[in-house]
Parts: sequence; structure tokens; C-alpha cells
Amino acid sequence: MAPLLIWLLSLIIIPHIDMFILSLQEKVAPRVYETGFSNYAEFFTEPLYWNTFARTALMSILATALTLLIGFPVSYYIAKMVRGRVRMVLFLLCMIPFWVSELVRTFGWMILLRETGVISSFLQYIGLTDGPIEFLYNDVSIMVGLVYTSMLFMVVPLVTTLDSLDNSLVEAGYDLGGSGFRVLRKIVIPHAMPGIVSGCIVVFMLSLGNYLTPVLLGGKDSLWFTEQIYTQFITRFNWEQGSAFGFLLLILSSLIVWAGLKISRQTLSNTMG
Amino acid sequence: MTDTPTPAIDLECVNLTKTFGKFCAVDNISFSIPAGSFFSILGPSGCGKTTLLRMLAGFLEPTSGELTIKGRSMLGVPPNKRPVNMVFQHLALFPMMTVAENIAYGLECQGVDKSEIAPKVKAVLERVGLPDSGNKRPDQLSGGQKQRIAIARCLVLEPDVLLLDEPLGALDLKLREHMKVELKHLQNQFNTTFIYITHDQSEALVMSDQVAVMNAGKFEQVGTPQELYYTPQTDFVASFVGENNRWRANVANAHQGRLDLVLDSGISFQGIAANDAQFKTGDGVDVFVRPEAIMLSKTPMQTGEFDNILEGEVDCLLFDGAKSRVLVKDPSSDHELNVTLPQTGEFNDLQEGQPIYLGWKFDQAKCFAARDGQAGA
Amino acid sequence: MIPTIPQSRAFKTIYAGYVTLFFIYLAAPLVVVSVFAFNDSLFPSLPWNGFTLDWFIGDGQGETYKGLFHEDGILESIGVSLFVALMVTILCVFVGTCNAFLFERENFPFKNALYVLMLLPLVVPGIILGISILVFSNTVANGVEDLLGWDLEFLRPGLLLVVLGQFSFITTIATLVISARLRKFDRTLEEAAMNLGASKWRAVRTITLPYLRPAMIGAGLIAFLMSFENFNTTLMLVGSDSPLTITMFDRLREGSTPVLNAVSLFLMLVSCGLALINIMLQREKHD
Repeated sequence: MAPLLIWLLSLIIIPHIDMFILSLQEKVAPRVYETGFSNYAEFFTEPLYWNTFARTALMSILATALTLLIGFPVSYYIAKMVRGRVRMVLFLLCMIPFWVSELVRTFGWMILLRETGVISSFLQYIGLTDGPIEFLYNDVSIMVGLVYTSMLFMVVPLVTTLDSLDNSLVEAGYDLGGSGFRVLRKIVIPHAMPGIVSGCIVVFMLSLGNYLTPVLLGGKDSLWFTEQIYTQFITRFNWEQGSAFGFLLLILSSLIVWAGLKISRQTLSNTMG
Repeated sequence: MTDTPTPAIDLECVNLTKTFGKFCAVDNISFSIPAGSFFSILGPSGCGKTTLLRMLAGFLEPTSGELTIKGRSMLGVPPNKRPVNMVFQHLALFPMMTVAENIAYGLECQGVDKSEIAPKVKAVLERVGLPDSGNKRPDQLSGGQKQRIAIARCLVLEPDVLLLDEPLGALDLKLREHMKVELKHLQNQFNTTFIYITHDQSEALVMSDQVAVMNAGKFEQVGTPQELYYTPQTDFVASFVGENNRWRANVANAHQGRLDLVLDSGISFQGIAANDAQFKTGDGVDVFVRPEAIMLSKTPMQTGEFDNILEGEVDCLLFDGAKSRVLVKDPSSDHELNVTLPQTGEFNDLQEGQPIYLGWKFDQAKCFAARDGQAGA
Repeated sequence: MIPTIPQSRAFKTIYAGYVTLFFIYLAAPLVVVSVFAFNDSLFPSLPWNGFTLDWFIGDGQGETYKGLFHEDGILESIGVSLFVALMVTILCVFVGTCNAFLFERENFPFKNALYVLMLLPLVVPGIILGISILVFSNTVANGVEDLLGWDLEFLRPGLLLVVLGQFSFITTIATLVISARLRKFDRTLEEAAMNLGASKWRAVRTITLPYLRPAMIGAGLIAFLMSFENFNTTLMLVGSDSPLTITMFDRLREGSTPVLNAVSLFLMLVSCGLALINIMLQREKHD
């Protein structure tokens, strides 16, 4: 009991409360503070912050959806279409990016996508284009990186839940006259729901809280909210503002996680534990 | 009173009770078990037998009552300090240890000198007939072998009492039959008191010196297997131990234990009051007749031979080798009777719907007061 | 849609093709990172100038590049990372085991609420965990300084905070891994041990903990890797000694040289080695 409480209280609960308190401090003069909501007001009045925030949320949702769309067929393939050794190997291959640092993965994409990078050179080599092309530093490259980084966290829960789906259920679905699509919609997806939800939650969290990918692949204008937080804390040393931003991000993520759980009628303990 | 000395009592319970909240799992049970006997507790699942066993082992403390082993009170003694050992339902062999390490575990806990452990382990393995399996892992053993190791692991500690919690439940039928005999042998060989709990009456009847039939937290009857089978003292025992036909009937006339009975369909026959119970006209009773106590005949029977004669028709033949039975229906009332087929071959050609005659003696129909006191059903 | 149900050849081919593409997508960045670690060029990009091991072993003298094994900055940060990861692993496995026993074995008020709280770090973005711990430790440090006049250096951004920050969420994962195995443990084994004369603690030590060992090692390996790779939380808490990921990030922003590829490849090999160990352990568990 004691280790749990110490850990939860001193590292999770109290720091967040403290952060909230700090976010309510207004700087009225050097080293003089008042309690108030001006940090939050600042957020709502300054369109840059507000836009960044919305943009981060939308991009994260989009990245989550894309990851699900791309990852589901692959998970299904691993869980149901292949067996034995092949399956083991494919599953392990999916895991590899996880065992490699996010930094390394992002670095790989930079090498591939940048102006002097592999893809650009390859296109020039086969004659599709005359000059080098910059694939980096745009929204698509951020998206590619986000989906790539999060893919594993979608595939692993999906494979696990799909694996537990009894083949005879699918067979029964067909036997009773269902089409492939109907079986997918009525049997496979409902069964995989816990996996889908937990995958989506984790992917969304990772995208929202990501810093590396937008900064490195999106360049200066990536406009990611975590960057704003970092800037407030480290560059401007405006911790009060940064805390407010952090708290807003926390609220946003909690809201979306909560909504996701509600819509799919799952609980946090079910999907995570 | 008698000239044979009373045998030493190994384990005694007095008014033992265990309640969970409002639910009374073990209700005021008293019994004593003589040293060296094989004592079974037989009951349906949920009757409280596991609770009772766990109290004996020390995993549960009784709510009230006294529990003594070899005259020493066990109340408040933790399980690891009690002179009882337990063979668990799923055996609970430690999968991360070899067979020898499993057996040595208890000795090590007792602080037995290392040099003495090895010969003891070797000796007990020989006694259970598995001298070469010391270095194997439990999962390399067959079901029956695991069973013997689980018992050896306990017996090496020379406990006063060995508790067995339905250890044969996980085995398949053939092996179970075999292990019944083997357990009995082991018990004889080690001469340790065994307390065996089970819901399988055949296990209890075959192996035990004494059986306690348990229901709803109470002992219904304690006795030898023969006593339970032939002279059940309650309707529960009559219906739980062995096969039985059961009817609800009313007493039409009572004379000294011999009862004239009427079923609500109007059929009348004679029975005997179990336990010398007193009935009077109009009392509702439950009547039990064993399938093997009923004689079959293809032709009408003479009244003198049997007290009760019934005419019916074959409803269904249930072939099961030596345990084959026939379901006979009384067409007028739809009552069904379960009758054992004699192994003479005489009845092998029975057809459904064929008329058939049944007869049994009045003292084979045991009557108990109807539990709910209602007449007829 | 399962092998027992017939499908058209075209569908199968397209499906297999799709999966193949997916794996190419997965592998591409890792492959280029590895390959360019051996390019004899100042930049990790085409054209291919020939094979060299300089980015690993070169000492920067004369014609050679300054390779990974002579980059003191990077070597030092690897050491820092190892230290942090080791601390985090020990803490996480210990607390995770305690938590697993607590949630699987005991009943206490607010158990469900605490369980949800325990899961929360999984859904809090790492960077927020980082700043909240930063803010809190700063509050404590300032408070102590104002009240007692002590300057508690260890509460300022630095390795202790990095360890705590990573510990705060990796513990959840360790708890889940260990709980999953503890849940499968047959409690009668413990009772059997006590029945054979073992005390409660001895039963746990000789029976339960050996049973949990694969999960504890697995959780430890995962904790080690996650700590080693962590970036978001670390970024906010780091002081003057920077772990490897932070050092690499700084270098990357300055402009990359293939020495980073060399470090990356090295990291990949270590990670894969640890992952393999983990898989072997899991497999042994099944036998």
C-alpha cells in the first residue's frame, strides 16, 4: 500500500494540482503574483495559441483514425490469416519500431524525406523529376511520422483481441449467410472493440503529447501545442503560462479519452488493464 | 462398556460453526475420527464441505466451536503449525520445482537436516511406487503419478491427519476408478487418518471406513457405507447416496411401522417407516425404492411373492452394461420407475410400450416424513 | 476472411500486397538509418560514397571521421542514460510488484478508484507529466529554501527528476505486466506451501516470487528500454547531464552527421538484443 500511495501522491496527483495552482498565478509585477485566470484568458484571446491547440487536436484525431485504418487490416492479417512461425515473425516485425527509440525512427524519416534525401534522389534518378523535392516540413510529413510512431500501439492490442476471436464465430457468421462485410461489421469489429478503443486512446495520447515528430518533421512552422508549452517553459521561462497550457492539454486529452470510452461503452480499467 | 478398548481419537470437532455474514456455511457440526481410519465427507457442491476442510487445515478460523487434533486444540494455530497436511483439489504441485524438491519442501520448512532429507524423499518415492521420478518436473508426470506425488509430499511429513479435497475430480473416469483402489491401499500402508471430501458418492462408498453425508452445513448421517446405503436416516441421504425412485404419497393406514400408502394417482401400496418414525393416517411421506430392489417380470406376478405389484409398460431402455436400467411407466398416472435390469439376459429383448410387471417387498419402500409436511404432490 | 473460408485469388493477392507494403513502410526508416551509418560521407544522405566503419571507430585524426567510440559527449550521455534506466528499472519493478500484490490480493476502500488513478499516467501526455513534476519539485525546493534556507540542489532539474519523471509512468506498465502474471497464479500453491509448514513470507518467497520472476524480468526489460528511449518527459526535467536521447536531439537540430546513424544502429542492436531476451523468457514460461 505504501509504495502505491507515495508514488501516486507525490508523482501524479500533487504535481498536477500544483501545476493547476501555478497556472492560476498572474504576474503583475516582478516576483508579485495574483490569483486569477489571466493565463487562460491569454490563451483564448491570442489566436495563435488557440489555433495551435485546435490544430493539434484535429491532427491527432486524424492520425488516430489513419493509424486505425491502416493498422486494422494488418492486425487482422496477423491474427487470422497466417499461423505458426510466419505469424510470430510478422508480429515481432511489428514490434521492432517500439524497441527502437522514437528519435531514431524520426531520424530515419528525415533521411528519407528531406530535400537531399533518399526518396527525392530516387525520383531524380528514375527521371520523374528534374530537381530535388522537399518532402519534409509539411503536414503530410508530420502525419507520416505520427502514424508511423504510433502504429505499434494500435497493432498490438488489435492483434491480441482479434486473436481471441474464435474462428468458429466467423465461420458461423458465414454459415448463416452473412457476407464478408457483414461478418466484419457484426462479429469481428464488435469483438475487437476493446482493442480498438485502447489502441485509439494510446495512439491519440501519443500524438497529442508528441514533441519530436512535429518539431523535426514539421520544422519551424509545425505549430504543435507541446511546442508552445516547451517554449513557455524553457525559452520564455513563463511557467505560469506554460502550466495553463499544460493543463488545457490535459483537459483536452482527458475529455477525448472520456468521450471515446463513453461512445464505445468501455471503461478505463477494461481497456488498459 | 465393551471389552475392546476404544480406539484413539485423532481429530474431534465439537459444535463447529462457520458463518459468512448471515450465511451459515458450517452449522454446529460435531464428530470425531478414530486414528487410522478413512473418513469421507460426502455432499453436493455448496454444502459447506470445503469450508469444513479449510477450517481443519487452518485456512479458515471457525466462528465458534472447538477443534482438537490428538487432543490438542487447534484454535488459533496457523496452517503451517498444524499436524495436518492437505492434498489440494488441483494438487498444487509447485511447477517450478522438481518432484524431489516438492517433497523436500515441507521437510525444509520443518528445518530437517539436509543430510536427512534426501533419504526420506527417496524412501517415500519408493513407497508410492515412483522411485525414479525425483528429478522430473511435475508437468512431466501423468495424472495418476501427480496424484501420488501430491500425497507423498504430505505423507513424508508424517502428519496426524491427511486432508484430501476432491483430488480425483480432475482425472478421467478410468484413472479415477484405478486411483480409488490405490488411495485405499496407500491409506492402509501408511496407516494415517485420511479425511476425504467429495461430491462423488462412489468415491466415498468405495474407499471409506466412515462416511458423513453433509447437506446445507449439517451432517445428515454418519455411518459406514453399508449403513448409508441400506438404512438411510434422512430422505436426503436416501436420495443422494445411490440411485433411488422417489414418490410423494399419503399414509392411508399405519400399523407398527408398516404403512399403507396411497399415491395421488390412486395407486396404493405398502412401505416401511424409516428410523422407526411414527406416522398417522393422512401424513405426507416421501417414499424411496432402490432400482435394484424391484423385480421385473414379463408375466403377471403372484401376489404372495411381493407385497407390492404394479403393472406398467416399458417407456425406455437405458443400456449401460452392468448398470443397464429400464424406465417403466404406469400408464394410468404417468409415474415413472427406474428399474435395474437383471444381468440374466432374460430382458434383453424388451420393446418400448411392452407391458411389464413389477414387484417389491414392503420393507424396500422406505418412507420419510415429507419435508414440507404437505400431503400429495 | 479466415483461411478456412474460400476467397478469390485476387483478394488474397491484394491483401498480401498491402501487408507487404505495410512492412516496407515499417522497415524503411530503420533500414536507411542503419545503411547510412556506413556511408563514407559527411552527411547521412545520397550519394553513396563507399563503405566505411569510420563513423563507429574513427578517431577524427587525419583522414578519418570522428566515430561514435571517440565522441566523448555521446559516450557520456550513454552512461547517463544507462544510469537513469537502471534506477528507473529497479524502482519500477519494486513498486510494480508491490502494486500487483496490492491490487490482486488485497481488498481496501477505494480500490477501484485507486486502480483507475494507477492507470492514469498512461493517458497523460508525457510532456505534461514532465512539467507537472518540474513545477512541483520547484515549489518544494522554493518552499524549503524560503522556510529553512536550504538550497536543495537535487530538486532542481537534473537526473533525480528525470528518474522520477520516467518512473512515474513506467511504473504503471510494470504493474500491469506483473499483475497479469500474478492473476494467473494458482493461490492454492501458496496455501499448499503453508500447509506443508512454510510461513506466509516463506511461501511467497519460495513459491510466488519464483513464479513471478519471468514477469518481473520482462517488466524490468521494458522499463529499461522505455526509460532509455524516453524523450518527452525527460526533455522537461533534464539538467546539465543529458541522457542520450536529449544529446541526439540537440545534435540533430544542429545538423546531422552519420555518427548519429552509428549511435542509432547501436541503439537498435541493443534494443533488439533486450527484446529477444524478453521473448525468450516469455517463451520459456510457456514450456
